[in-house]
Amino acid sequence: MINQTTANILRFVTLIIVQVFLLKNIGYYNLAVPFIYPLFILRLPMRIQQIALYTLCFLMGISIDTFYNTPGLHTTACVSLGLFRIYYLKIGIQQDKFENEPEPGIKTMGAQWFLVYASVLTFAHHFILFFIEIFRLTDIGFVFTRAILSTLFSVTLMSLTELMFWGKKR
Amino acid sequence: MRNLLIFINRYSAFLLFLLFESIALSILVINNTYQRSITISSANELVGDAYYRLNSVEDYLSLKSTNDSLSSENAALRNQLQTSFLNTRLDTHRVYSPINEQRYLYLSAQVINNSIHQKNNYITVNKGFVDGIKKGMGVISPSGVVGIVVNVSPRFSIVQSLLHKDTRISAMIERNKSFGSLIWGDQIDSRKAVLKDIPSHVKIKTGDKIVTSGFSLFPSGIPIGKITRFGVKGGGSFLDIDVFLATNFGTLEYVYIVTDKMKKEQESLESNLKND
Repeated sequence: MINQTTANILRFVTLIIVQVFLLKNIGYYNLAVPFIYPLFILRLPMRIQQIALYTLCFLMGISIDTFYNTPGLHTTACVSLGLFRIYYLKIGIQQDKFENEPEPGIKTMGAQWFLVYASVLTFAHHFILFFIEIFRLTDIGFVFTRAILSTLFSVTLMSLTELMFWGKKR
Repeated sequence: MRNLLIFINRYSAFLLFLLFESIALSILVINNTYQRSITISSANELVGDAYYRLNSVEDYLSLKSTNDSLSSENAALRNQLQTSFLNTRLDTHRVYSPINEQRYLYLSAQVINNSIHQKNNYITVNKGFVDGIKKGMGVISPSGVVGIVVNVSPRFSIVQSLLHKDTRISAMIERNKSFGSLIWGDQIDSRKAVLKDIPSHVKIKTGDKIVTSGFSLFPSGIPIGKITRFGVKGGGSFLDIDVFLATNFGTLEYVYIVTDKMKKEQESLESNLKND
């Protein structure tokens, strides 16, 4: 099997390509917009250094921003996703005794755990992303609706991808 | 130092997050016009609100002096009432005459922002075009002339103060009615101005009162200041007169905006003349 670093680099590139060339053109009336690239951050190894995690989040965000022509927008959301991931794993892992697992995936952690993990973090990411895009408190209801619908869309796509490609590893 | 390191180590996740997030947000705000405009406008709103609150506190602090100036002004107005003059007129029926028609209207406004230390000073007051303020109206205070309205929004107007290099006000010496124009000469002292264009043959002395001439914007006889020093500069035919201003711009609080109801009529008549 290919090692972890190569797998992550491959995932980084593939997800950007899919996001930018395919998913950028898909959306339901601007209400549900799929973003699959957070999967890269979700799937980073469990014991990754915090500085490495944030740097990778920053890199991911800025690459997406380059293609979407929105400097800083996805970067901000991605970096916050990094923070949420750290705290989610800190709180969630000890109770579930998954400490020995190398990376959080659908096969290693189980479908239920992964779905909750992906939904919570993706929702946080989408909410921040749409909130910063609107950038004012008055339209918070619209931001909320958008974030929920888009999370449904994105998490479905992420789970399908997990099952199709990286699910077979073990 | 060790405690600091321990602190950084404990909260490293959050500190790193703050670092990266601030970089990302600054990229966002600097590069996107939409987000930048919202940031700037909400910052403006905040500053405006802060000024407003500060002002409402300052109002209370200077309540006493404001009351004093209002009551003295009341007394001055009472002196001008018809009833305080002895009626010596013999004719009994009223004749329509322009003397009885009101020409100037006064609208009271509160100063909410003011500067005196700039090279060009502006005052913001809390009345705008909703209240009927238009560009070019004169502004006076209880003690004297203040300036000219230059910019109007729905609720606020900007007044170009007398302490501005482009402000010229038609002024005259009260005693002998000779007129000239008043400018803010040295642009340093907020209490001093210069009266120009008074011919050197006019007899004046220090302490003479300077008032508005009534040729433009302001009604005649609004106080401007007193002569402190005068002289002929370099053999010219005009006098150079230093004026101590009656208005203290540093403590300005309530002003009156002067509406000239016959300005249009006068201007159209005068423009006819120029066409000939």
